[in-house]
Amino acid sequence: MYLLQLYIFVLAAFLGYQIISRVPPLLHTPLMAATNAISGISLVGSLVVAGSGHGTIASFLGFLAVAAATTNVVGGFLITDRMLGMFKRNEPKQDATDGKGGGRS
Amino acid sequence: MRATFVQLSYLASSVLFILGLRSLTRPDQARQGMRLAAVGMLVAIVATLVQQQIIDYRWIAAGLVVGVVAGYPLGMWVPMTAMPQRIAIALSFGALAATLVGVAEYHGRVVEGAGVSRATMVALSFEVMLGSLTVTGAAIAFGKLQELITGRPITYRGQNVVTALLALVLLVLLGLVVARPENVAAFYIMIGVAALFGVQLVMPIGGADMPVVVALLNSYAGLAAAATGFALNNNILIICGALDGASGFILSILMSKAMNRSFRNIIFGAFGGAPKGGPGAEIGDRTVRSMSVEDAAIQLAYAQQVVIVPGYGMAVAQAQHQVRELAELVERNGGEVRYAVHPVAGRMPGHMNVLLAEANVPYDRMYDMEEINAEFERVDVVLVIGANDVVNPAARTDPSSPIFGMPILDVDKAKSVIVMKRGMSAGFAGIENALFYEPRTSMLFGDAKGTLTKLIGEIKAL
Repeated sequence: MYLLQLYIFVLAAFLGYQIISRVPPLLHTPLMAATNAISGISLVGSLVVAGSGHGTIASFLGFLAVAAATTNVVGGFLITDRMLGMFKRNEPKQDATDGKGGGRS
Repeated sequence: MRATFVQLSYLASSVLFILGLRSLTRPDQARQGMRLAAVGMLVAIVATLVQQQIIDYRWIAAGLVVGVVAGYPLGMWVPMTAMPQRIAIALSFGALAATLVGVAEYHGRVVEGAGVSRATMVALSFEVMLGSLTVTGAAIAFGKLQELITGRPITYRGQNVVTALLALVLLVLLGLVVARPENVAAFYIMIGVAALFGVQLVMPIGGADMPVVVALLNSYAGLAAAATGFALNNNILIICGALDGASGFILSILMSKAMNRSFRNIIFGAFGGAPKGGPGAEIGDRTVRSMSVEDAAIQLAYAQQVVIVPGYGMAVAQAQHQVRELAELVERNGGEVRYAVHPVAGRMPGHMNVLLAEANVPYDRMYDMEEINAEFERVDVVLVIGANDVVNPAARTDPSSPIFGMPILDVDKAKSVIVMKRGMSAGFAGIENALFYEPRTSMLFGDAKGTLTKLIGEIKAL
């Protein structure tokens, strides 16, 4: 029944764990904004509900879902970009490179 | 044919999302990478819109317009200081979308009789349950962070019993709904109880524990999205939900580790009664040494190695720009300034880093706890700005302290410490800070922004 989906879920979660545990604490707030924007993918489900013509109730619920998810997609990607744009490197000098990027808790 | 196109587009989007997230491991590539992820999102949306199932675009268009109009200000105009509540409200929106899709799907399949398999019903139930509790939980977190509700833990007698009972009721309802999907009342009652549970879960949690809660809610929102994917048989939703869930899960683990507390302790403990007497007694008759702005200016102007430790107090006073100005002055005088950021400083993971970055502090000057702790012995002056519990040496030395065992920034090992603080009130946990009584520590009382401005003036005048 749901075996294939379960495969996908487990592998994606594993991959996510591997990637995200290497994100430095420096970027944890942008990370939250980014995953939030990406989870706006529920828009894909919302669009189908809103546009399948299954009656007014379903369409209206779909409309609300599309609005909420779009807010996250638009706001999420914009704010992530804005935040990441603020993280700038110093002009390269002295010990600036030691240990950055690989720092883990 | 068209279905294949849609699936291939989803696959491409998933790859782009993963690349985007991976770019976040490198600060210099992150922006570029996340733009790729945004392209991925566009691909997924366009692919969905050309699907055969979609026959009516009116509601879609309306929703998209509302979303863009609401999303743009949330992306462009929200100040960095408001980031924690901004993330919290976004979690609430995301969960709302998942919940609504779940309800619509249930309505279409059960109420209008399209039929539903047991497995789909399990997915739908989890989707609306996790979604609903995240909607209200994140909304309460937003209220607390925005200070619409008091940030202090709101507790009452028997709270944990109520929480446990609600959890039990929720599980029973879940079983009932899965066993008999046609029981419409049970389905909607379950959504209501889950909403109540979300409120109950976040209400007793205090401001300083918010990083864990926000991360935890992030993980729930991800799981709700993944459940939507199972219910709709949509792989991209499953993948993104799993990524989101993993991210929230990792962050909540990191945060609770940084506070040396278990999930259970944060959710059920509420740090309620600060220990009476205990650690305070030992330092009761020692005094703190207060210093003048002039003295602090002299110390900082001639220091070689300076470390600044920002905390929530800096965020509240919005003093990050003054902090950077001060640091530039010290550097002009030949000193080296670094920033030490504790994982739970502020109200969300990475909160301080974003504020400092906003004030143009280069990110290679910001150091994690592990990176900088060994270096404090060689530091001339540590300037603590509005941080408290994360620099309390009692966490290392006093087994009777409630924060004993929590990893801290070892600022007490530096040659001298200047603590900027409004007054002598205890930190969030209500614990006396042994650091303030150390002979090498001087207190600089006053509002962070005002004091820093004076300090900058003094150093310039030297």
